[in-house]
Amino acid sequence: MSLGTGDRTAILGRVKEALRIEAPLKHPAERSAGGEPTTAHFREWLPPVGGSLDERFELFARLSETLKSELHPCADMAEAAVILAGLAKEGNWKTVALHRGDLIDALAEVLPPELETMRLKPGYDKDQLEACDAGITECDLLVAQTGSVCVTSKSAGGRVLSVLPPHHIVIARRSQLVTDLTEAYASLAAKYRDGYPSMISFITGPSRTGDIERILVLGAHGPKRLTILLLP
Amino acid sequence: MTTHAGLPRHQFQQDANLTANDGPRREAVRKALGNYQTARNRTGATFTDWKSARNAAATIKHEALNHLDRYLEEFEQKFTARGGKVFWASDSKQARDYILKLAKEKGVRSIVKSKAMTGEEIHLNEALLEEGYGVVESDLGEYIQQLKGEPPYHFVFPCMHLRRDEISDLFHRELGTAQTNSPEELTMIARRVLRRAYVEADMGISGANFIVADTGMISITENEGNARLTVGLPKIHVALIGIEKMVPRLGDLALFLPMLATAGTGQHLTGYNSMYGGPRQPGETDGPEEFHVVFLDNHRTRLLADPEQRDALHCIRCGACLNVCPIFKNIGGHTYGTTYQGPIGSVITPHFRGLQDWKHLSGASSLCGACTETCPVGIDIHHHLLHNRRNAAAQKPASGEGLLWKAFVFLMKRPALYRLATKFAPLGGLLQPLLEHVPFNPLHNWTETREFPQAPLRSFRDQFRAHQAAKTSQAKGGAR
Amino acid sequence: MRVTLFVPCFIDSLYPNVGMSMVHVLERLGHTVEFPEEQTCCGQPPFNSGYWEEARTVASKQLDVFHKAEVIISGSGSCGAMFKVFYPELFHGHAREAEAKALSAKTWEFSEFLVTKLGITDVGARFEGRATFHDGCHGLRELGTKLAPRELLRHVQGLELVEMTEAETCCGFGGTFAVKYPQISTAMAEVKCNSICETKADYVISNDSSCLMQIGGWLDRNVGSVKCLHLAEVLASR
Repeated sequence: MSLGTGDRTAILGRVKEALRIEAPLKHPAERSAGGEPTTAHFREWLPPVGGSLDERFELFARLSETLKSELHPCADMAEAAVILAGLAKEGNWKTVALHRGDLIDALAEVLPPELETMRLKPGYDKDQLEACDAGITECDLLVAQTGSVCVTSKSAGGRVLSVLPPHHIVIARRSQLVTDLTEAYASLAAKYRDGYPSMISFITGPSRTGDIERILVLGAHGPKRLTILLLP
Repeated sequence: MTTHAGLPRHQFQQDANLTANDGPRREAVRKALGNYQTARNRTGATFTDWKSARNAAATIKHEALNHLDRYLEEFEQKFTARGGKVFWASDSKQARDYILKLAKEKGVRSIVKSKAMTGEEIHLNEALLEEGYGVVESDLGEYIQQLKGEPPYHFVFPCMHLRRDEISDLFHRELGTAQTNSPEELTMIARRVLRRAYVEADMGISGANFIVADTGMISITENEGNARLTVGLPKIHVALIGIEKMVPRLGDLALFLPMLATAGTGQHLTGYNSMYGGPRQPGETDGPEEFHVVFLDNHRTRLLADPEQRDALHCIRCGACLNVCPIFKNIGGHTYGTTYQGPIGSVITPHFRGLQDWKHLSGASSLCGACTETCPVGIDIHHHLLHNRRNAAAQKPASGEGLLWKAFVFLMKRPALYRLATKFAPLGGLLQPLLEHVPFNPLHNWTETREFPQAPLRSFRDQFRAHQAAKTSQAKGGAR
Repeated sequence: MRVTLFVPCFIDSLYPNVGMSMVHVLERLGHTVEFPEEQTCCGQPPFNSGYWEEARTVASKQLDVFHKAEVIISGSGSCGAMFKVFYPELFHGHAREAEAKALSAKTWEFSEFLVTKLGITDVGARFEGRATFHDGCHGLRELGTKLAPRELLRHVQGLELVEMTEAETCCGFGGTFAVKYPQISTAMAEVKCNSICETKADYVISNDSSCLMQIGGWLDRNVGSVKCLHLAEVLASR
């Protein structure tokens, strides 16, 4: 049975009818290089990021701290493994959830042997994932301007691995850092020329809420902690 | 406060009486919003040029709204090409019926919902519960309001009016948990309940902050991660979205997301900003098998047809205008009796639900303009309140008031008569002590809480005339 | 310069001293002050209530009265905003639109006239006391007046100016709003006045007498010790 498309024609008709007179533009945009404001102009107005790569890393690190993300620059995979082992011990982890990917596969090789792993495959058991102590994923990009990690349903093992377990570990390379959201969207457009993943998500710090008396609490639902392991 | 009999304007006056006299609650709301203001100012100051960013946002929204038909079709074409389904609902009932039918057809048992003001607008939860579907709100604030059986107090901060002890009492009563005064422990109680809801639900319902035409995506902004889980785990995703949420290009979000966060909560970016372009795609691990977008008109086209106020549809529901509004701070969100509270709610509600029934909201404003000043997309909010007042009076002048203004004009067109009236102003002052004991004292609404100034014996024009005369005679004296 | 005063109806009858103070300050600075007696009200009360037809009739009268003025000075940010911002909108698409725009262009709020138009920040005033300044909303947000009155007050000898936290928060007057929604209006006055009292100021100064009527009305009923003054009254004293 088809549920139909509803009042498609009627609504589009009403919209067209309503728009016969154009509304005045009360706050016209400053057009720096002529023409309509384009995404390239946004960075002239948004918070500045800094010109050099070092400045951008510094900003990313500073924002991570404010956001209570834990950023760990690592010299190599071995160092990342040591940090991860420390986190596993500290959090008394029994099971971690992972997806498939170059960095993840390399990391899986050096995980503490006593740690059980759940590799996410289509049709996985949701309850089993819910019970995992941590989710480890790759990402598409890191964004300097906002301190965000950008994941997609292609890069990070689907939609929920990065948001259901109480601790989200991201493994990334320095080369994945982009300046701002404008560059991030451009980069995603190039990478997924043949079709975007069904989800793109900019994660900016661990899950948080201020719903009770506007007081910040971390881990409202998903990750109480967000750790970024940053490889050269 | 939702079970009032009588007209909306009577309910409004009654509730305003109660809330304006509730000092402690007003103080708590003011304090919470004061903290917001500090954060917002701090983050806003990091922008290189907030005003230009605002103008660009206004221009992009203007483009999106003034070519809405084209962008809606573009979205639909892109979105359906990737397996999504679009349903167009003219009104609340049509939207509710579609979702109910879908749930029935797919054998849905339980539903988890992330924050969607459109859901409040069409009373979706009530309809679902009536048909026997369990539905759980997953945003913490919304969850608390759902347990309390109350609509949201503020469309961004749903339970900002509640103190922690009230929430603890509520959880104790409804969930049987131990009392606590820790916001963290209270949050963890909700976390435990809600994690089960995500895993068990077979339908997830969300709203959206933006519709992106060029890529056929919707974008959802949230801090908690509840929306990501709501649209990640269940096998069906339904997004209920007002048609005005349009932006033309995915890249536009690079401007809108930081502005929404800054204006809405004072963050530089909200915790999760996620774009969804279709159900689970081939090769993906998880995600819903079906993704339905329900476009809601529900009188939005009526507002769209008013070029003067069309920019009210630019609204990105950041809530900034509520947060700075002295009216909101003193009467609270429930007094409005609307889905969308505060200044923007007072502008749009008369268009959505009838001008004559809701014009009092436009009247209940001192027109201070703090809303317009703070709006990140440049809506002339307080001027639209004036426009609503004008339209309401033109459509149906209030019986007493129309006469009053006719008398006013009669006086003000006649300077001689007006001068005579100003001469008698001191008389009014002398009569005032007597008037206080008269049942229909015209000044009662003023003098009940405030002193009225004592009119001086000589008006300005009399004094000025005397002053000029003195100067003239002085000049003559000097010449002599 | 020949300047023409626009003295709103309630200043005329309730606060004549404000008008006279403006006259004294302007004359002291060497200007010729005119007051066309035919002027009445700017029309804001019916305008704000939605009765634009009625407002236009009253406003038309003022277009006639001020037709020949070179410069119009208003002692109220709110009535000034009516001339400057709302007349062009009120007459939009009407026969007298051009006249309304012309009137708008030559209208000045008192402090802006002194500071922005004349470039004067010190009018030679002397006033002993501790004071805080209230930004009237129409002056602040419709006309963009924020610094001019403060510049002037900073140069008043003997005056100590302290900012309150809620300086830019509406006092709750809002014209007919104050009597149509007295409970909200009063709650707003309370917030404003508490902030005024926190500064321990002896005086609250504003460039809008309508706000001062509201603030003074609440203070006189509930506090009693803080006095309201219009900016012109402070600038006129020596």
